[in-house]
Amino acid sequence: MYVAVKGGEKAIDNAHAWLSEERRGDLAIEELSSDQIKEQLSLAVNRVMAEGSLYDPDLAALAIKQSRGDLIEAIFLLRAYRTTLPRFGCSNAVDTDRMTCIRRISATFKDAPGGQVLGPTFDYTHRLLDFKLAADGEITDVPMATEPLSSEIPHITSFLNTEGLIQQEPNTQSEPQDLTREPLELPASRALRLQSLTRGDEGFILGMAYSTQRGYARNHAFVGELRIGKVSVELDIPELGFSIDIGEIEVTECETVNQFAGSKTEPPQFTRGYGLVFGQSERKSIAMALVDRALRWRELGEDNLGAPAQDEEFVLYHSDNIQATGFLEHIKLPHYVDFQSELELIRKLRREAEGFTQSKEAAE
Amino acid sequence: MNEYNFAYLDEQTKRMIRRAILKGLAIPGYQVPFASREMPMPYGWGTGGVQVSAATLTPKDTLKVIDQGADDTTNAISIRKFFQKTANVEVTEVTKDATVIQTRHRIPETDLSDEQILVYQVPIPEPLRFLEPSEPETRKMHALEEYGLMHVKLYEDISKHGAIATSYAYPVKVEGRYVMDPSPIPKFDNPKMEMSAIQLFGAGREQRIYALPPYTKVVSLDFEDYPFEASKAEHSCELCGSHDSYLDEVIVDDTGGRIFVCSDTDYCSSQQQIIKEAV
Repeated sequence: MYVAVKGGEKAIDNAHAWLSEERRGDLAIEELSSDQIKEQLSLAVNRVMAEGSLYDPDLAALAIKQSRGDLIEAIFLLRAYRTTLPRFGCSNAVDTDRMTCIRRISATFKDAPGGQVLGPTFDYTHRLLDFKLAADGEITDVPMATEPLSSEIPHITSFLNTEGLIQQEPNTQSEPQDLTREPLELPASRALRLQSLTRGDEGFILGMAYSTQRGYARNHAFVGELRIGKVSVELDIPELGFSIDIGEIEVTECETVNQFAGSKTEPPQFTRGYGLVFGQSERKSIAMALVDRALRWRELGEDNLGAPAQDEEFVLYHSDNIQATGFLEHIKLPHYVDFQSELELIRKLRREAEGFTQSKEAAE
Repeated sequence: MNEYNFAYLDEQTKRMIRRAILKGLAIPGYQVPFASREMPMPYGWGTGGVQVSAATLTPKDTLKVIDQGADDTTNAISIRKFFQKTANVEVTEVTKDATVIQTRHRIPETDLSDEQILVYQVPIPEPLRFLEPSEPETRKMHALEEYGLMHVKLYEDISKHGAIATSYAYPVKVEGRYVMDPSPIPKFDNPKMEMSAIQLFGAGREQRIYALPPYTKVVSLDFEDYPFEASKAEHSCELCGSHDSYLDEVIVDDTGGRIFVCSDTDYCSSQQQIIKEAV
């Protein structure tokens, strides 16, 4: 005889206890500290901060530890925490010309003022497993530069600007809308699109960007410039009448230079795509710039080719991995009421279909 | 962080949500965009309902949470615990004792009163979404009251299957104006939507709130010659014997044996109690 299943409450508590035991793993192995994660898995920390829309390496490291390394789960933890924070105001636009760069490259010019600086990159490493690292992580001596990088490194695109070869971006002084405080309504401003892209899922943005390279709204991008470094964040304090420096954040900025043959409304010139992401997030910022450029077809008077990356609604509504994973995984929840109604319906339709066949046979 | 504001959300956010609720009540069936917040449970797991409940609850309220009609399903437990922890409100499993009821996929069998609020969790608030994927397009269709597409879909169902092939989330028309998604309740529950309680619908991921004031006219879409029918399994409950409650089918062995039991656990146990007392 069926007994109504009670005790879901206990099951949940036990599941959580088991989960924390699994998180800790073998007790004979030393526990991982948040600081170790912050220092030694810093690119994971960066991704969690970027997609969590919260710049806090300590909390991001804690989230990674708590989520057993499931980065989307960690992003979710950070987002849920972020919701509870008050919004103080809107900072001034960060001045990336004054970025303290650790890396700065351009694919469009062999050399330019400020120079090419490789920085700590995987780019030219051979992807061979370093078995020595399994035994010990000792590092060899790292030579120091004889002189520091210039504190002001001009943007590559500014050189194209002097010739008028690249499209000028309008400088809007107005405060941008906040995606996390207002419902997304379409069409979205570019500022809003960029907000959405920078917190969007890295894999999704990468896939969208890749699709433009393979011909779905191809816009032939060059990495005009990629720079990584620290910028200071300044906030205007009305009571003081001037802005103050409230802290420093590390960001990755990518500006692409895209071919553009001109359109009905615009002369032939280079155009740009823009990516700005918290932390060292190179792949994400390049991908973001490509998708940003693809989404700008309307303002540049280009044709809508019906490519997914040109479809603002498609990109913005599906880039958020916290929304996506929640809705995807909710199909694990019980659906037996809806399923029951489907069962009844399909039985009814089958009865009717069988009845129809039988009466047809009788008539024949 | 151990101290939360009452019902988790800060007062400014609750105020924003209450405004959306009031607007929704003023325009029954109209989907009001609201700045949905990230909640500490996943999107798709009732974040819209949770935000509406959070904005609705007062310290004096008594909360009931059901999923699939049952109080003891895991996600209902999880949401109930969340409000016990963050709002410290009374909770109950008894439908008539609750002042706020948050539900997923069912309307309780017991009639609700004008002192109660029913909060629905909504996955996809747009009834036209699967006919037209674009949000600006569907908003336009609602504005122009252009519901031909929906009628064509229902008509095509009849011509293909001999019946309207929608068994849950069956579209309704509200006060002769907006076509509305009743959330994925079985169509058996549709007629109950004309009720004395306030009904609020929250879709967190899709950032929409809509509402039905008490006694609002809610008509399930149909045709004169194919009238709407609120169907359920043609059985009675194995546990309480009820003939007119919505039933879940439960597989009891591996040879195809099955029984039917009420999906509304509170209703079922109260019916069982009545039988016990009568004996």
